[in-house]
Amino acid sequence: MRAMVAMSGGVDSSVAAALMREAGHDVIGVTLKLWSGPGGEAPTAGCCTLSDAEDARRVAAALDIPYYVLDYTEEFREGVVSVFIDDYAHGRTPNPCIECNRTVKFDRLLNGLDELGCDVLVTGHHARVRSGPDGWELHRGADMAKDQSYVLSMLTSPQLGRTRLPVGEMTKTEVRARAAELGLRTAAKAESMEICFVGRGDYRSFLDRHAPSMLRPGPVIDHTGEVLGAHGGVGGFTVGQRRGLGIAAGEPRYVVSIDATTATVVIGRREDLLVRTVELEGLSTVSGRPLSGRVEAQYRAHGAAMPATLGGGLLHFDEPQMAVAPGQTVAFYESDRVLGGAVIAATG
Amino acid sequence: MICDNDRVMIYLDHAATTPMRPGVWEAMAPFAVDRFGNSSGAHEVSRKAKDALEESRERVAACLGARPMEIVFTSGGTEADNLALKGPVTGDRSLGVVTMATEHEAVLETTHFLHRLGHPTHVVGVSRDGGVDPDLVAGSMGPGTAVVSVMTVNNETGVVTDVAAVSAAVKRIDPSVLVHTDAVQAAACESLDVDRLGVDMLSLSGHKFGGPKGAGVLFVREGTRLEPVLHGGGQELGRRSGTHDVAGAVGLATALGMAVEDRSRFRSAVGGIRDDFEKRVMEGVEGVVVNGGAGPRSPHHLNLRIPDVRNQTLLLRLDQSGVAASAGSACQSGAAKVSHVLEAMGLSPDEARECVRFTFGWTTTQDEASEGVATLIDLVGELR
Ligand SMILES: Cc1ncc(COP(=O)(O)O)c(C=O)c1O
Repeated sequence: MRAMVAMSGGVDSSVAAALMREAGHDVIGVTLKLWSGPGGEAPTAGCCTLSDAEDARRVAAALDIPYYVLDYTEEFREGVVSVFIDDYAHGRTPNPCIECNRTVKFDRLLNGLDELGCDVLVTGHHARVRSGPDGWELHRGADMAKDQSYVLSMLTSPQLGRTRLPVGEMTKTEVRARAAELGLRTAAKAESMEICFVGRGDYRSFLDRHAPSMLRPGPVIDHTGEVLGAHGGVGGFTVGQRRGLGIAAGEPRYVVSIDATTATVVIGRREDLLVRTVELEGLSTVSGRPLSGRVEAQYRAHGAAMPATLGGGLLHFDEPQMAVAPGQTVAFYESDRVLGGAVIAATG
Repeated sequence: MICDNDRVMIYLDHAATTPMRPGVWEAMAPFAVDRFGNSSGAHEVSRKAKDALEESRERVAACLGARPMEIVFTSGGTEADNLALKGPVTGDRSLGVVTMATEHEAVLETTHFLHRLGHPTHVVGVSRDGGVDPDLVAGSMGPGTAVVSVMTVNNETGVVTDVAAVSAAVKRIDPSVLVHTDAVQAAACESLDVDRLGVDMLSLSGHKFGGPKGAGVLFVREGTRLEPVLHGGGQELGRRSGTHDVAGAVGLATALGMAVEDRSRFRSAVGGIRDDFEKRVMEGVEGVVVNGGAGPRSPHHLNLRIPDVRNQTLLLRLDQSGVAASAGSACQSGAAKVSHVLEAMGLSPDEARECVRFTFGWTTTQDEASEGVATLIDLVGELR
């Protein structure tokens, strides 16, 4: 079997490559070049920097596997960055890393496997692929604290059939220990948290360059419409955000909703953030069959799954939930098994 | 055929770099170890190094029809190009540069840099075949133009520019304008007589014709005033400071001598292999276009557009099948990038992403090329 390992330059994908090689497969490593600045420069922060690519290349060399950098900047710009900007423009909370996983890392690479002469795609995600009675299933990773099944919840059974997630069986500690044992230079490398194309958390200068309308000043109001203050642009606000509102109020205030068309930010009290029902779009299921009824729904990468009922394009949580924002992904679970995923279109 | 571990590679990327000619490394080795002297000293050890350096200078000069003092040793083609463009204009912001849109980055980026510093610069477009009209170049000059730089052989397409014609057109308008040519890709195949070319400056790079990497030459016609790019101890008559890389100069001169000697064989033998490769691709793959194929072209470059096949996919598969080729243009990470050369020739970014470059060299055999082209045809069949 010939395996293509998507190597980000992190410890997980490094160990994934090593494990596939140990298992006796033909392995090639690839890094995706997804973004470059105005002058073509590689990002300096996030998950796809030049030094990450260099780490990936060095690990591939140490494992003696061929290594390539593939340019997917066009696909990324269209499939991820423009969606990110569009989400902001609509007052939604963008989720570029999920979008990137879905439209670039998995869609493109899985569709390209045959062309690239490979049988399976391997990544360093902490999640597990298993075969079940209805085809391939996706399960939470062995390390609950590092589980990444949420970001893969849009994958379908046929896609999972061509995917291998070898580190999903390990804890992060085991992965690091393994990397150290193999002498991989990424063994102790810190995880990246930033969005690669924004870099250093600098939303404003990014939006300034790519979506200047997001920086249109507007009012900060409460639910009665009373103007409490002003802001310098809706870009950068997220539902549930508490800091940086520039409002002096007796009790804590939170962003409750964002209306990008009128550049209005609505703030309120903590209880105003509670949401019981959300409207979904883009529902996809692992099995490909319709999904409804009782599920456990997770709407944050590191949140817990909450009991809920799914039906008619709506999701009702048993208990009201805090800071559920349009644009976020919801993953549906039955215990550790992923049933599918969707995007929150609206809250109500 | 290049063997590394147990992998056998058919190497068809000689324009990126080519292996050293036999004997070159051996000629260099003594200057790294026994004859290690600094060529600027006053003792025996130093004199030995100096002798070798000056002898190398004479050999290079002879290959170019130049005088030894007109040869400046540099750290490669990039530095030679930088010196040729920056040297004549540094210190006077009214002076500038005219060059072609298909030049190597060493020339183009230097031109852009000079532009940012406020020097007048102009980049002349090319035809769909990559050809440049000498009168268009000459007509693009302004009152401040001090240097006109046109490359001899394009590194991506192999398109040959009639440098003598450009020089004549330029000098007709203003004989004081300096003409530079980046001849880095030309040394293996073109005769490089500086008087016949009518140039005031000419760049060479050792590793493109069987010499070492990190060694280059700028021919600077006597009487040409240059501000150095590297200031320091005043070596190279003040035109390029820094302790001499004697081994590099010896290697470059040795290889250049061999390349000149081998030139007519190279033109016919390597050219024949390339032509055969090209013919077979044209027969075996539908819709292939040879970029720059209509005009004069070097014998060892072949830049193909294969519609509906993305170059990065094809290059990966070729590598997996043991054939080394390139996209002509790559960024530091190794990812293919859209070629400015092909864009200048009117290709869209999507079309440029369908282009691959095969370049043949002094080691290439007919068998290698036959196997390479068969692999290429098979892969394209599979990818389509
Ligand atoms: C046309 C041309 N000019 C300049 C250079 C740069 O030469 P060097 O690699 O010696 O710096 C190259 C090689 O990459 C080239 O092909």
